[in-house]
Amino acid sequence: MKQLRKQNNKLITGFTIEIIFVAMCALLSVAYGSKSIPIADIFGYFGGKNMDSFQAAVIAARIPRTVFGILAGAALGVSGALMQAITRNPIADPSILGVNTGASLMVVIGIAYLNISSGIRLIGLSFAGALLTALFVYGIASVGYGGASSIKLALAGAAVSTALGALVNTIMLPDSNVMKAYRFWQVGSVGGATWDDVKLLIPFCVIGVLLALVCSPGLNALLLGDEMAISLGVKVGPLRLLAAVAGVLLCAAVTALAGPIGFVGLMLPHVIRQIFCSDMRVIVPMSALGGAALLTISDVAGRVLGRPGELEVGIITALLGAPIFIWIVFKTKARSI
Amino acid sequence: MTANNYEDNLRKIYLVQKRRNALCVVSLIVVIAVLACLLMMLGNTNYSLTDVIKILFSGETKGAAYSIKSVRLPKLIVGGFAGFSFGIAGFVFQSLLRNPLASPDIIGISAGSSAAAVFCILILGISGPLASVFSIAAGLLVTALIFLLSGKGKAFGSRMILIGIGMQAVLNALISWMLLVGSEYDVATALRWLRGSLNSAQMSDVPMIVIMCLIGSGLLIFCNRYLRMMQLGDEYATTLGVPLEAVRICCMVCALILCACATAATGPIASVAFLSGPIAGKITKNGSNAMVVSGLVGILLVYAAELAGKNLFSEKLPVGVVTGLLGAPYLLLLLLNLNKKGEKI
Repeated sequence: MKQLRKQNNKLITGFTIEIIFVAMCALLSVAYGSKSIPIADIFGYFGGKNMDSFQAAVIAARIPRTVFGILAGAALGVSGALMQAITRNPIADPSILGVNTGASLMVVIGIAYLNISSGIRLIGLSFAGALLTALFVYGIASVGYGGASSIKLALAGAAVSTALGALVNTIMLPDSNVMKAYRFWQVGSVGGATWDDVKLLIPFCVIGVLLALVCSPGLNALLLGDEMAISLGVKVGPLRLLAAVAGVLLCAAVTALAGPIGFVGLMLPHVIRQIFCSDMRVIVPMSALGGAALLTISDVAGRVLGRPGELEVGIITALLGAPIFIWIVFKTKARSI
Repeated sequence: MTANNYEDNLRKIYLVQKRRNALCVVSLIVVIAVLACLLMMLGNTNYSLTDVIKILFSGETKGAAYSIKSVRLPKLIVGGFAGFSFGIAGFVFQSLLRNPLASPDIIGISAGSSAAAVFCILILGISGPLASVFSIAAGLLVTALIFLLSGKGKAFGSRMILIGIGMQAVLNALISWMLLVGSEYDVATALRWLRGSLNSAQMSDVPMIVIMCLIGSGLLIFCNRYLRMMQLGDEYATTLGVPLEAVRICCMVCALILCACATAATGPIASVAFLSGPIAGKITKNGSNAMVVSGLVGILLVYAAELAGKNLFSEKLPVGVVTGLLGAPYLLLLLLNLNKKGEKI
């Protein structure tokens, strides 16, 4: 009983700290950039204080970007947690599994052949591409002896990425306009986000996170192994599919709007599992908050490091996340690779 | 009597195998020669075969002779040696790591060389031999890092693949950052280079890749018999007297040098390393000359892709894009095959 209360207290503190952290990151994101604004002025802006129009304009321009970053980070965090739970594999992440490339391919096809530039259609296309790729990669990895092990998943993902990347090149190369549009899209950036993007992203985030929460108890059982989950009364097939759809939906929506941002979902569940527990009902919301904080702070870091321009957030997360990926591999026991 | 029969049978099988191996090599060389002739003949202006030969042995340097001697010939030589290097390097990695997907382009070894070359072109503004040396050095450095991080023992192979993929992600992020920072004019060069193309091949690139390719592949062909024994598993190979660690390190270093030099000359020509090994294994039925055949298949792929990219499409596509496209159907094939056999990837 005492232990339970202790655990609960720990969780509550954890959530509080994360929420405060997200808020701080958001503040920093509004404050820092090629022009810095004192924090006091930001509070003043929200308090309705009169200030010079330039500063007000800068703040107004940075707010949608910040909100978008928070939403996208949350979506990516949950998506990573879901993929790791479904594949029962510590390295599952949209960028490793090649899902991002699948989404990219469909987006390039949309830009080049179908003349699509509206957000909602791009999301649809990128969702289709991401889902197909995810299923394909998982299919390749899980045939044969030993099921979908880390090594097979990663290799299948990398190989599929190479093949799809070549297709992307073929479509893009003859058309310099597409190449220009794609070159900036493919790094993954929240810099161009507008309120329209935010409005588009919100429903996908809500649906995805709700689905993830609904799936969590079942996913907990799945962590014990398929046989165990079945004997506990979990319908394994439908559960996997539902969780996969949620995970891919979240990641595809972000990818369509901001470009491929990798490794956000990879890092958080590991850290959370180390500090708190491996209960998916905790990991999902915590990954959402952590992802939001991570993406926002990476965006700020990109703006500070890349002055006077900016370093796209996709690059920062990859530079940050890939070493962590290597560390996870390094730490994993030989047996379970 | 029965023992004699058995021996005869074995000898017969051996001879059949030997004949098939020879046949493979000869027919591949014939096909490559045909493709090479076509490559020399076709282009913006087409020349007949007799013209090409005449020009090659004459002292002329202007007009048709320029386009044949200074444009098409270096492309042919560099492309051929690069294809051979990629093919052999891919085969060696796939055999050492016992995984058909674990070729150097997939596990991030070429990415080190690419990143260094892009850095040279975009940030330092140098190209040519200095950039090549730099990119070879970087390729070796990155792989040394992957080796060190992979630790020792049983999981070495698997760890190396996973860490390689992680390393590739870091390098790709760096590359895309440099592409954004770089000026528009240089970016086009770098992008074309990143996809793998023979367009920038010059006579001055030839000596380096030829020498490195000969040294590297010579050593590897020498190690081939040990590699084949290692296919049986580490325990058996040790019993047969294979110095495991020495062979492994020697093979890896040679394969790496091959791969890095080829990347420095042509850029990472996608999927050649990845496809050659399995194709060679299929046509020789895992015969003893699979390594050489895989190198030849590499040349074949590069030549065929170059021809197709230049002539079949409305737009001229660099060779790396065409070979990259071949990767997708191969993966599907692999999936179907594995499903049938239930084999281990």
